[in-house]
Amino acid sequence: MKKTKTVNQKVRSIDGKGIMMGRAAYTDDFAPKAALVIKVLRSPHAFARIKRIDKSKAEALPGVEIVLTHEDFPRNPFTRAGQGYPEPSPHDKFALDDHVRYVGDEIACVAAHDEKTAEAALKLIEVDYEVKEPVLDFEKAKGNESVIHAEESIHEMFPIGFDPEKNVAAAYHMEVDDVEKRLSESEVTIESSFYTQAQAHTALEPHTVNARIDYLNRLVIYSSTQTPFHVRRILSQALEIPLNRIRVIKPRVGGGFGGKQAIHGEMLAAMVTMKTKKPSRLTYTRKEVFEATYSRHPMRIDMRLGATKDGRITAIDCYGLSDTGAYGEHALTVFMVTGSKVLPLYNKVDAVRFHGDIVYTNRMSSGAFRGYGAVQGNYALESAIDMLAEKLGMDPLALRQKNMIAEGESSPIFEIMGEGTAGTAMNMESCKLDYCVKRGMELIGYKDKYPRQEIGKNKLRSVGMAIAMQGSGIPYIDMGAATIKLNDDGFYNLLVGATDIGQGSDTILAQIAAEELGVDVEKMVVYSSDTDLTPFDAGAYASSTTYVSGNAVWKAAKTMKERLIAEAARSLGVEPEDIEFQGTSFKNKKDDEELTLSDLSNTLFYNDDQKQLSVTESYYGTKSPPPFMAGFVEIEIDKETGEYEVIDYVSVVDCGVTINPKLAQGQIEGGVVQGLGMAMTEDVKIAANGKLITADFLNYKIPTGKDIRKLTTEFAESYEKSGPYGAKSVGEIGIDTPPAAIANAVYNALGVRIKSLPVTPEKILSALKEKNGKHHMMGMRSHDGRNL
Amino acid sequence: MKIETVVNGHKRIFDITPDELLADTLKRYDYTSVRKGCDTTSCGVCTILVDGSPVPSCAYLTARAEGKEITTVEGIAEEAERLAEHFGDEGADQCGFCNPGIALSVHALKLSRKSFTEENLRHYLVGHLCRCSGYQSQIKAIQRYLGDAK
Ligand code: FES
Ligand code: FES
Repeated sequence: MKKTKTVNQKVRSIDGKGIMMGRAAYTDDFAPKAALVIKVLRSPHAFARIKRIDKSKAEALPGVEIVLTHEDFPRNPFTRAGQGYPEPSPHDKFALDDHVRYVGDEIACVAAHDEKTAEAALKLIEVDYEVKEPVLDFEKAKGNESVIHAEESIHEMFPIGFDPEKNVAAAYHMEVDDVEKRLSESEVTIESSFYTQAQAHTALEPHTVNARIDYLNRLVIYSSTQTPFHVRRILSQALEIPLNRIRVIKPRVGGGFGGKQAIHGEMLAAMVTMKTKKPSRLTYTRKEVFEATYSRHPMRIDMRLGATKDGRITAIDCYGLSDTGAYGEHALTVFMVTGSKVLPLYNKVDAVRFHGDIVYTNRMSSGAFRGYGAVQGNYALESAIDMLAEKLGMDPLALRQKNMIAEGESSPIFEIMGEGTAGTAMNMESCKLDYCVKRGMELIGYKDKYPRQEIGKNKLRSVGMAIAMQGSGIPYIDMGAATIKLNDDGFYNLLVGATDIGQGSDTILAQIAAEELGVDVEKMVVYSSDTDLTPFDAGAYASSTTYVSGNAVWKAAKTMKERLIAEAARSLGVEPEDIEFQGTSFKNKKDDEELTLSDLSNTLFYNDDQKQLSVTESYYGTKSPPPFMAGFVEIEIDKETGEYEVIDYVSVVDCGVTINPKLAQGQIEGGVVQGLGMAMTEDVKIAANGKLITADFLNYKIPTGKDIRKLTTEFAESYEKSGPYGAKSVGEIGIDTPPAAIANAVYNALGVRIKSLPVTPEKILSALKEKNGKHHMMGMRSHDGRNL
Repeated sequence: MKIETVVNGHKRIFDITPDELLADTLKRYDYTSVRKGCDTTSCGVCTILVDGSPVPSCAYLTARAEGKEITTVEGIAEEAERLAEHFGDEGADQCGFCNPGIALSVHALKLSRKSFTEENLRHYLVGHLCRCSGYQSQIKAIQRYLGDAK
């Protein structure tokens, strides 16, 4: 790799100071002061038909401007999922409907001059319900008598196995070779079911939107979204507003993690403003964020593995049942990622099958969440691999090293499975998984610490690990584009559709452009995600930005460089080949005459053959090179209470060249801690009537700064030829390994396998009790004589 | 009702309702840095200083601020800028929604002149949730900042 000045160097984020200093940045900071305040009436029932709704009293309340119910919206089904078009999610949602399908589902909204009036008006809306029998157990959803979506006109955009009469939002099946046959021939097999829970994203900025009509009589939406262009498209379709009448602006976003890869308040704010011609604002309360946005898809995963006695994995069978909740957003695509970004880790199998159903239930909708199905699959597979290793009498690391994917290799799954459609064949041009595993072993001290050490009367320390892969964008589907514009005095604007949601994409994209054009990052003024002013980008999801948007920026910078060289040559009266490009200046190689970028740009603006230099380039992937990671955890666990603590989490990551090593580290560490939350404590719980129990931060515990003692993060030296400056994406991979690594560490400490997330002390204790009970019955002690 | 306070060193008269919360008042009076991440005093986003001590403004009645000195991050701009440099060096700044609140708690800590270990610091800041960073980079940046400030 040639020496870089900006890329892969220590560069501070371009926006950190203004944010820390509290300058206006986020969506609500830009709401007009006079904006109407919107409040939403939400369903108290898990499933009901609205027989009658009377808003007259609410509308009569002084200070109330408008009340909207389902009668005020065109009856167009859509999906809130912000994805490529046509969407692989069923169109099964109406802006407001005469049915409510979970506790928290929207019934109506009020727009008033202040919050208190809006809240008071909500209480005056009269609703008569016909309460229906809800389906809350996703294992009983398929074919249940209670049909959650019986409405006409809902549909799939292309075949996804949509079968609403059976409560099936989507279904999938694929098989390579003959799995049953290979399993029956296998010398050693294991089989187990795993359950993963609903996890809440809890971005600290609640979902926020404001709307206004501008002086051109166009609808302008500010939204804390990950997908501004998809928001514009979906609003236009659902509300029948021509696309050219809508502008969506994404200001600074206070975290997304997939929870903002969808339409949330936008429909209501848009309609309020369209009808009243007045600005409006809607900020979800924290309770609404918990109750009525998204969670991760809960799943049951049945995993069967077969191997030869000497530890060659021959077959993997993976059946999944996924709970999409009330609406089928991201239903199929999340499910497919559970297979497509997990199973290729062990690519040397003779047969592999991945299949299952994604069912509707009457709980909040599931949706996109960092990892996007891969976390669920990883927990099941990487737990199962440890189980298989034990049965084989092998070290689990040795089993992985023998079977895992390596550089130059492929898997048939890549070609079979895409996101919603067929995939794309690819070879692993960059895969340093082997290094990641070895280096991780060193960093955690695996040899000395595996499986466990006694460190006191009741305390043990143990280690556990897992490997993971993810992707870099969605090939042939998601496009990103960038415009670079030269200004006088020789600085640039970089306009990107790419969506910075706090991950630092504005900074790393500026680095890529600045590197190619040989200027400091400060000379690259970034503006992102405004449907009027920036070129298109699918948005911040599927680990797209570094790879897809980054490649678009890189292409644009290269084209700009050519244009500059041509202009410099013309100005100096030589041929372009005679010009040596030095970023801030151009040298005539023949006579060493120099022209500065500043002079060239000033001349182009004011003096000679005046023109605006501006280039736009776009990029879509033709493959999705996976980042890889090995995650190792050391825990300290109390044998009596089952309570445990993370001593260190070691991540060794191959994401190609890191454009910004510190920001990449931030992506990994943030992902790891979010994954540890999922592994250890986080659990969206609903009561028997479908009401959310974990509706605030007191009941839904995310990790705090004192919960994880130490994170150790390193990057493998790796270069992805197809990526910008050798980079792959890094946004999701960090979250994948903690659930399995924790479960494996607990097993290595106490010999109990926890097969449902989160791995809580209660589950550990009851597993211990069961295990000891069995041992007593058989008059046995654990194999190494420990008193458990 | 009207109350008089000092915000960031300037005398301010706020016209409020008796049940108004300080987070809402400050936002209404254009202190844009004051934002909310919850409504159960659990996240730390809305932290401000009242007479030098960190307080969640989402649970503080504005009426109680009569005669008190309030500091928002706008009032410690230079300090915030320097802290941001350390955050930048450690890659600790992501979405930033938690940052102004943290800056104020750190500022209060600095004024107290107490010395802190990493573990103390992690406990001291436990009221500041951050969903992006994983915390370690923040803690490192804050330690550097406090070290520099001495
Ligand atoms: S908004 Fe005040 S603590 Fe969360
Ligand atoms: S940086 Fe996003 S919450 Fe802390």
